[in-house]
Amino acid sequence: MTLPIVAAPTLDLDVEGPAAPPRSNGELVFAEPWEGRVFGLTMALVHGGRISYETFRTSLIERIAAWEAAAPPGEGFSYYRCWLQALEQVLAGAGLVGPDQVTERSAAYARRPVGHDHRHDHEHGHDHVD
Amino acid sequence: MTANIEESVEPGIEPALRAEALESLLLERGLIDRKTVDTFIQTYETAVGPMNGAKVVAKAWTDPEYKRWLLEDGSAAIGSLGFKGPQGEHMVVVENTSTVHNVVVCTLCSCYPWPVLGLPPSWYKDPAYRSRVVKEPRAVLAEWGTELGPDVEVRVHDSSSEVRYLVLPERPVGTESMSEEDLAGLVTRDAMVGVRRVSAP
Repeated sequence: MTLPIVAAPTLDLDVEGPAAPPRSNGELVFAEPWEGRVFGLTMALVHGGRISYETFRTSLIERIAAWEAAAPPGEGFSYYRCWLQALEQVLAGAGLVGPDQVTERSAAYARRPVGHDHRHDHEHGHDHVD
Repeated sequence: MTANIEESVEPGIEPALRAEALESLLLERGLIDRKTVDTFIQTYETAVGPMNGAKVVAKAWTDPEYKRWLLEDGSAAIGSLGFKGPQGEHMVVVENTSTVHNVVVCTLCSCYPWPVLGLPPSWYKDPAYRSRVVKEPRAVLAEWGTELGPDVEVRVHDSSSEVRYLVLPERPVGTESMSEEDLAGLVTRDAMVGVRRVSAP
């Protein structure tokens, strides 16, 4: 049996080819990289037994319902925004990471100079010779 | 009282930065390792998707014994093809016929059969689909191009915390001579959620 070469099969098994972006029936699985990160974080935490998926799901349902009950003006629905809030809520509830710590660190990241994507745990230039 | 996450989000802080901050805190505390995170992302980006469910459907179309098993014990029959994992523990397969049309939704969030369909598309997670398909399924299906006669019963399945549904679409007429592999190429994600039919090539 031969498959037509020109008309690529809908279900291309060569999904890991270098030119194949992560797509699911034409749509990107994650619209932005951070969405994939929070998905991966959640699954790794569940996998490692740090949180339970059911607890997370309950929280996700709450966050989605909260958004639907009072959508911020001008803000479109973002599923992964709700997902991130739910994950933070579960981690706070489990005493693993407090929301203030996340806020503090992300605020510090927001102040990073453009073009710098690493944290500055040290001072620059103080022990340079000349 | 639950911590109010909304209030703790500083205006102007993008979720991308919060996600990055969260990840670095989790790593520092040894609560995750980066390799596991990366593996999960990569798996659901590249290896798990509707192609899995399409194989299940094509096998059911060509193997009556398998079809019987699939409708009786979805989890076991799907698992026998190697499709297992989170969100696939309790699979129920519902068959579309000339008189019954099934469509799947999760009204509360986005429960979805990951091992056979991968992660859900954005329209499945959208508040509009989640509420409307329950209230006016025929109108929603018509918008997808799936017009149903009055003699066809519509069944809307709401995924609960336990059960995940997969729709077994009707095999299109004119595909009698096609192989299982070629048939799998016709089966789309939308057909396995139940919003569309499968068309002959």
